[in-house]
Amino acid sequence: MTALWPFIHQMNPDASTIAAGAPIEVDLSPIADGQDIKVFWRGKPIYIMHRTKKQIEEAQKVPLSDLKDPATDQSRVKEGHDQWLVVIGICTHLGCIPIAHEGNYDGFFCPCHGSQYDSSGRIRQGPAPLNLAVPPYAFLSDSKIQIG
Amino acid sequence: MSGPSDYNPSHPALQWFERRLPILSFMHSSFVAYPTPRNLNYWWTFGAILSFMLALQIVTGVILAMHYTPNADLAFRSVELIVRDVNYGWLLRNMHAVGASMFFFAVYVHMFRGLYYGSYKEPREVLWILGVIIYLLMMATGFMGYVLPWGQMSFWGATVITNLFSAFPWVGDSIVTLLWGGYSVGNPTLNRFFSLHYLLPFVIAGVVVLHVWALHVAGQNNPDGLDIKTDKDSVPFSPHATIKDMFGVSVFLLLFAWFIFYMPNYLGDADNYIPANPAQTPAHIVPEWYYLPFYAMLRSIPNKLAGVLVMFSSILILVFLPWLDTAKTRSCKYRPLAKQFFWIFVVVGILLGYLGSQPPEGIYVIAGRILTACYFAYFLIVLPLLSRIETPRPTPNSIAEAVLIKTGSKKTPMVSTMIAIMVAGGLLVGGAQNARAQEQETPPSLKWSFSGPFGKYDRGSLQRGLKVYKEVCSNCHSLSYVAFRNLADPGGPGYSEAQVAALASEYKIKDGPNDQGEMFERPGRPADYFPSPFPNEQAARAANGGAAPPDLSLIAKARSYERGFPFFIFDFFTQFQEQGPNYVDAILQGFEDKPPAGVTIPDGSYYNKYFPGHAIKMPKPLSDGQVTFDDGAPATVPQYAHDVTTFLMWAAEPKMEARKQLGFQVFVFLIIFAFLMYFTKKKVWAEAH
Repeated sequence: MTALWPFIHQMNPDASTIAAGAPIEVDLSPIADGQDIKVFWRGKPIYIMHRTKKQIEEAQKVPLSDLKDPATDQSRVKEGHDQWLVVIGICTHLGCIPIAHEGNYDGFFCPCHGSQYDSSGRIRQGPAPLNLAVPPYAFLSDSKIQIG
Repeated sequence: MSGPSDYNPSHPALQWFERRLPILSFMHSSFVAYPTPRNLNYWWTFGAILSFMLALQIVTGVILAMHYTPNADLAFRSVELIVRDVNYGWLLRNMHAVGASMFFFAVYVHMFRGLYYGSYKEPREVLWILGVIIYLLMMATGFMGYVLPWGQMSFWGATVITNLFSAFPWVGDSIVTLLWGGYSVGNPTLNRFFSLHYLLPFVIAGVVVLHVWALHVAGQNNPDGLDIKTDKDSVPFSPHATIKDMFGVSVFLLLFAWFIFYMPNYLGDADNYIPANPAQTPAHIVPEWYYLPFYAMLRSIPNKLAGVLVMFSSILILVFLPWLDTAKTRSCKYRPLAKQFFWIFVVVGILLGYLGSQPPEGIYVIAGRILTACYFAYFLIVLPLLSRIETPRPTPNSIAEAVLIKTGSKKTPMVSTMIAIMVAGGLLVGGAQNARAQEQETPPSLKWSFSGPFGKYDRGSLQRGLKVYKEVCSNCHSLSYVAFRNLADPGGPGYSEAQVAALASEYKIKDGPNDQGEMFERPGRPADYFPSPFPNEQAARAANGGAAPPDLSLIAKARSYERGFPFFIFDFFTQFQEQGPNYVDAILQGFEDKPPAGVTIPDGSYYNKYFPGHAIKMPKPLSDGQVTFDDGAPATVPQYAHDVTTFLMWAAEPKMEARKQLGFQVFVFLIIFAFLMYFTKKKVWAEAH
């Protein structure tokens, strides 16, 4: 069995791919209220959404019982930075890229199979089983985050 | 392998060889003397058709691999260069791409034939299971092959399919990372898919050998499902089966050639002429038509893991078929109930395929669930139950007797089958086209000089179109797959080499580095490609309000629209495939100064009647009198649009005239060949019937 391992493990990401997946820093100051940007980290699109008051309120007042994959809005943002939603823009159904600011929940809409996410990136409707994943990130200052 | 062989080579050299490796007598007993049931119908020629297709796919594939570059940055371009620059590259690429569809078409006929005539029943269980394995390998090979051109559908199809494995608990994500060789579909994925796509056809060939071996041990099934008992029941494989198969293959080739030479993009997806873009998902991700029924089952299940399991089991269930259907009578010909359920099953399969091409919304989801249930019910409830309650009609005592009692009415099921198959194929293809539809006004169908089987490019129109491109479009749009030299190619705008050299020298081309290590500019040469107006995509995006103007080399093939039922069926016969040109022409003329009431267009966008969503970033590019033509053609927007579209169609399909010309010759040859085969077959079989 162990003799097989090199033949299987060679398929995993190689050293250069892993190195290229190191953390990145993103400056948030150019993103206005209600706007979003998409950055790539490890070949994955990451949405950074500057949420409006309305979006935050909507996300916070949804009862957990309405959610397919229950999670509070607080658990999906960093404390004191309620206006910033950082999620991996890959639909948890089959990996398409949802479109921001579309759909019925002020969040994301996946054009492939119609999954809809709310302004907290939580799955609300459609075939996707889980909420949009939150990548590992931290605030370096009020207007700068490090992803990874 | 069974079969009496009286093979006795007379030449001493052959006798010497035969004593050391008896391969000649082996071939003789398997493919010459081998007894084949004398009542086989034409559905049995699909075995030969499939062998032929496998060989052809391997030959064309090996050749294409000599010219293809498996690298995420180069793959798309290398496929285009195969089509444009390699001698007969367009032919080989069309054969291979269309060949995949034809291969699946033939395998579905072959499988349904086996299902109808009970070819999976004792003693052919292993033969059937080997067939299921071949089918699974074909699906994997076809999927990975579709990824190689690295267009939008390639990339996103690969993303969706590899993500299926993430549904498995605990190990799912590790499996997907292992498949990708990275954190998303990328260059490592493309490389390993290329390697495996090259390998698997040879694995298929190996399993086919086992499949044929098992066939020759058990003997062929036949429409009456009877065993060969006496010599009267069989005819020797050669020349009887050989000539019949030759006729079958030549008729099949007529269909194949229709696609290769006249409708090469009919079965494909326009989106795959757009290079892969990891930042943008196409509006509808649709697999190739041959996966649609399984895709429909996947999507109709609301739970992701359950959906994946249902999809895999829908194929794996075929392995257990011999033990699910335990009826003693093999052929549905003598099973009145099973026959009806078989046709219902065929219809279920077709409808599932249709649903797979539709957006998963509302009624389609409900219908998908019902049909998925029907699919499994056929195997798990209907067949086991029928084997217990059905009273089959008495079968003839022997194949010879079955042949004698055949009456004129035997032709009816053949006709209804043909109709069913035609409708099936039509619906599938139409469904695939529907899926790409946008809710918008359809561009008007215009008259093009290049449409139809004898269509040619209008030289004057090409030259005027080039002028419009040079003076207007080229300010923002690149044309990076077209070289200046192409303007002198046969079937193109018809410039002389000197004219091309003069035209090229008007351009400044960046070259270098020189001996001092610096880049420099020099006048263009015929071998250079049209330079791009922007140094890179980001610059193009920044200069154009956030939307990068697309490269125009393939635009006439990369855009399409829904044709709808029943036009897509007529399109197959009328060879209509001008959706791209119609769309490009319509966009150029579809600008309106004021959007209609109730429609708001964001700032920096313009209203266009035919653009999906209507808000286009390109301002109205053409206005009357903007470009003057030397040949006196009117300086109007409709004329500009028509000419530049003709030019862009040529840019996308520069070998079209050669393709249609060769197509005509091939058709004349194939029709004569098919007739010769038919009459030879009649003569050979004269005494057998």
